[in-house]
Amino acid sequence: MSFKVIHYINQFFAQIGGEEMAHVAPEIRDGVVGPGAALNAEWKGEAEIVKTVVCGDSYFAEHEKEAKETILGWVKAEKPDFFIAGPAFNAGRYGYACATIAKAVQEELGIKVLTGMYEENPGADLRNYIYIVPTANNAAGMKKAAPVMAKLALKLMKDEPVGASIEDGYMNRGIRVNFFEEERGAKRAVDMMIAKLEDKPFVTEYPMPSFDRVAPNPAIKDLSKATIALCTSGGIVPKGNPDHIESSSASHYGEYNIAGVKDLTAETFETAHGGYDPVYANQDADRVLPIDIMREFEAQGVIGKLHDFYYATVGNGTSVANAKKFAAEYSQKLKAAGVDAVIMTST
Amino acid sequence: MVKEIERAGIPVVHVCTVTPISMTVGANRIVPAIAIPHPLGNPALTLEEEKDIRRKLLKKAFRALTTEIEDQTIFE
Repeated sequence: MSFKVIHYINQFFAQIGGEEMAHVAPEIRDGVVGPGAALNAEWKGEAEIVKTVVCGDSYFAEHEKEAKETILGWVKAEKPDFFIAGPAFNAGRYGYACATIAKAVQEELGIKVLTGMYEENPGADLRNYIYIVPTANNAAGMKKAAPVMAKLALKLMKDEPVGASIEDGYMNRGIRVNFFEEERGAKRAVDMMIAKLEDKPFVTEYPMPSFDRVAPNPAIKDLSKATIALCTSGGIVPKGNPDHIESSSASHYGEYNIAGVKDLTAETFETAHGGYDPVYANQDADRVLPIDIMREFEAQGVIGKLHDFYYATVGNGTSVANAKKFAAEYSQKLKAAGVDAVIMTST
Repeated sequence: MVKEIERAGIPVVHVCTVTPISMTVGANRIVPAIAIPHPLGNPALTLEEEKDIRRKLLKKAFRALTTEIEDQTIFE
């Protein structure tokens, strides 16, 4: 008898369509669809995908409660032995959906789950709750991810003991397991120190947790005297994208002068973002970067001034390191220009 | 990016649709938006009605920027 598995994928991997179809509501199909074939092949009949749930990424993000309820209902009725989602690579909404639905299936239905994604995917934030296999940041990584995911999934289905995260290839879940080391602590510490002094590789036994939180700045006292700047990760650029900001994995940001611009129109501005359906932003970019209404509030004296420049990049698969670098740089420009507050819009 | 702006000493409000992601990345002042492809608009409405949406959302953003907070806060 083989284990029954339900697989969760998005509209893209089900070949329904790209961003223009990201709004589709969940559906359940018999058997395997798309990337599930690679998992089935690895399992060699020991486990099999019996149903595939397909859900649009935007639908899940915008209707999380409804999507969860519908999908949990289907999974409950099917009584699978296992639930597997993705892998999502570096697709942010997809990764978030995979991790969120897997966590819900595990917690509410008591069914074992697994997903996979790139380490920087926001969905990976749930790594302490569920098993997540780290993958490459794009779908070319499927070949490498499938065997690791399939193997760990089978181990979980068979109730076999799971090894440490580095042994079985999942993201560290913050769980410590006691075991006996062969060498005493003092010797291990000295060995590590010598390795460090000699610039040789060593692995810490206790990585320090990184809490990278920044405390909120004090509020603006008098809005009517404040200069406010707009920034966006939604890729709004002057028509023609003069700085050639990439539609995904952006390598830079743009600085654009909007002095005197009262309204963004289809003739003057557009989006460079390749991670959402661009139709609405291209029709009227104020839907992402609200310059028209900021000008209105400026004229009424609600705010002191809309800053003459806005900063934009494409937040689509863009690495955290790059995003940090962009903002650290343009924040200094904003500060030097005397900007009092920023409104950042994201798609 | 919001975190780096905050780190530079400038108060910042994040207007976005998927607020849990905003919480994860560490934004402090958050205003929920309309939808992913049109956070501050709704193509199903008239242009005038859309402007109303933007007025309301930006007023929320102003409220967020003028409110003292100690922790991550979503301004509904």
